[in-house]
Parts: sequence; C-alpha cells; structure tokens
Amino acid sequence: MINKLLEKISGKWIFLSLVGLIYLLLAVFHFDGFLKVTDQFAGIVWKILPVFVMVFVLMFLSNLLLDPKKILKWIGREAGVKGWLVSIVGGILSSGPVYMWYPLLSDLKDKGMKDAFMAVFLYNRAVKIPLLPMMVFYFGLAFTVTLTFYMILFSVINGLIIHRFLNPHES
Amino acid sequence: MVGMKKAFGQTLKSFSQMFPIIIGVVMLVSLFLALVPAAFYAKVFTGSDWIDPLVGALVGSISSGNPVVSYILGGELLSQGVSLIAVTAFILSWVTVGMIQLPAESLMLGKKFALIRNAVSFIASLIVAYLTVLTLSFL
Repeated sequence: MINKLLEKISGKWIFLSLVGLIYLLLAVFHFDGFLKVTDQFAGIVWKILPVFVMVFVLMFLSNLLLDPKKILKWIGREAGVKGWLVSIVGGILSSGPVYMWYPLLSDLKDKGMKDAFMAVFLYNRAVKIPLLPMMVFYFGLAFTVTLTFYMILFSVINGLIIHRFLNPHES
Repeated sequence: MVGMKKAFGQTLKSFSQMFPIIIGVVMLVSLFLALVPAAFYAKVFTGSDWIDPLVGALVGSISSGNPVVSYILGGELLSQGVSLIAVTAFILSWVTVGMIQLPAESLMLGKKFALIRNAVSFIASLIVAYLTVLTLSFL
C-alpha cells in the first residue's frame, strides 16, 4: 500500500517533503536556528532570481530556435571536438549556482546531449573567470594558472570516464 | 522552429516540474550555510600530509556556497599551517563535487550519472591537488 502510494508521488515531491520536515523539526526544537535558516533562504532566493530568469530565457530560446537535429550536431553523440569545446566554454561562461543549470541540462539531455558533455559542462563551472583575480590574491598567479589548466584538462578526462561508465558496450 | 506560444509552454512545463527540486536544494543549502560555523573547517584538519588532502576533499564535497568563500577559508587554512595539497583539494571539491545538490542532480540528470560524476570528481580533486602542487614545485 505504502509502496503504491510512494510510486504515485514522484521523487521530487518526496525530496521537498523531507527537506520541509527538517525545517519543521528545526522550527519546533530550535526556533532561533530556524529563523536564521529562513533568513538565509530568503537571501539566496533573492540572489538567484536573475540566474533563474536567465536560465528560463535560455531554455525558451533553445525550445524556440533550436531543433533537436541542430543540437545533436553541436553537443550530441557525433559532435566530436566541437562538442567538447562548446561544453568547456559553456561551463566556464555559465554563472550562478550549479543547481540552476540542471533544468537546462535535463532539457538538452532529452534532446540528445551526450552525457560526457554534461559532465564537462558541470566540471568547468569550477573555472570562474570573474573570480580568478580573487584566487590570484589568495594563492598567487602560478597556482591559479596551474590549477585552471588542470581543471580544464580533467574536465575532459572526467567526461571520458563518465561516458565509458554509462556506455560500457560502446567502443 | 516551433511557435513562440508552444516554446513558452514547453519551457514553463519543464520549469514547473523542476521547481520543487530547485526549492528543496535552496532550502538545504540555506540550512548548511546558516548552521555550519566557519570555525568548523579549521577543526577538522589533522596536520597529517596524507590524511589532510582526503579531509579537504571530503569537507569541500559536503560544503556549499559561493567559491569565493572557499578561497577565503582556504587562505585562512593555509595561514594556520594546513598543507597546500589539502587546501587545493578543499577548494576544488567545493566547486566540482556537490553532496548537498546530489538528490537534485540525481532526479534531473539521472541517478547513475550523478553518482559516477560526483565520485569521479572527488577522486579528480585529490589527483589535481597533488599534480598542481607538484607542478608548482618545478616552477
């Protein structure tokens, strides 16, 4: 009975309910902490609102202008070097929290985006051009250049490994 | 090319389906940021050259927030004597591994994809940390 009920409720609602339950417990047992957390929540929502709008616009434009065939040519299974480059540059240029990009990636995945390219995009989000001066300030120029080089290199290795794991029968 | 109305409807539908997940992740991140004090980070490092990189990667993986925070914390940890390899693993896993976002990533991009991606990124954060410091020693 419970299993059937759980099957009907999708994972996303179970996830949200569980997080809601944590908030409820916090409100009951540690109200000051709850206020602190809700304050933080409001602050983050306010901060991610522009990214939310940007991702919505990008998804709208991809639905409006790109047909799946065109997407496959750029980031599909047969995209080749172009696909790796698009994913690396896309990951570096994307801004805002990583979870804001899941809807767009999920959408592109449904249209045929290669899993390796999704991984490369997500890994390259670690390379943030506007934050590089900050990294130089704390760790020095040599460190920043070396780390950035290895991050881009390993994003490709990461993508290759994930592709191999998810498609074990592909040569 | 599809019509404007259809494209808007498709986008709205995709977004409304993902809305509970996004809200759930923001709630989890808020919980973490509000309840974990900055002092926690300095306490978990042991001083061991072998264990600390692993601790750095683990702590970075369960942390969340703007990468700038990881740089500031990393700078502080360095001044307190934590090794550069450990700090590098920490700032790298902070941005490449997301334990707090894992439920959302699993739901939207696939469970197997999310698990493998995070596991590979975790191992990569250690390898890249060692390689970076090794390369710097030659420069």
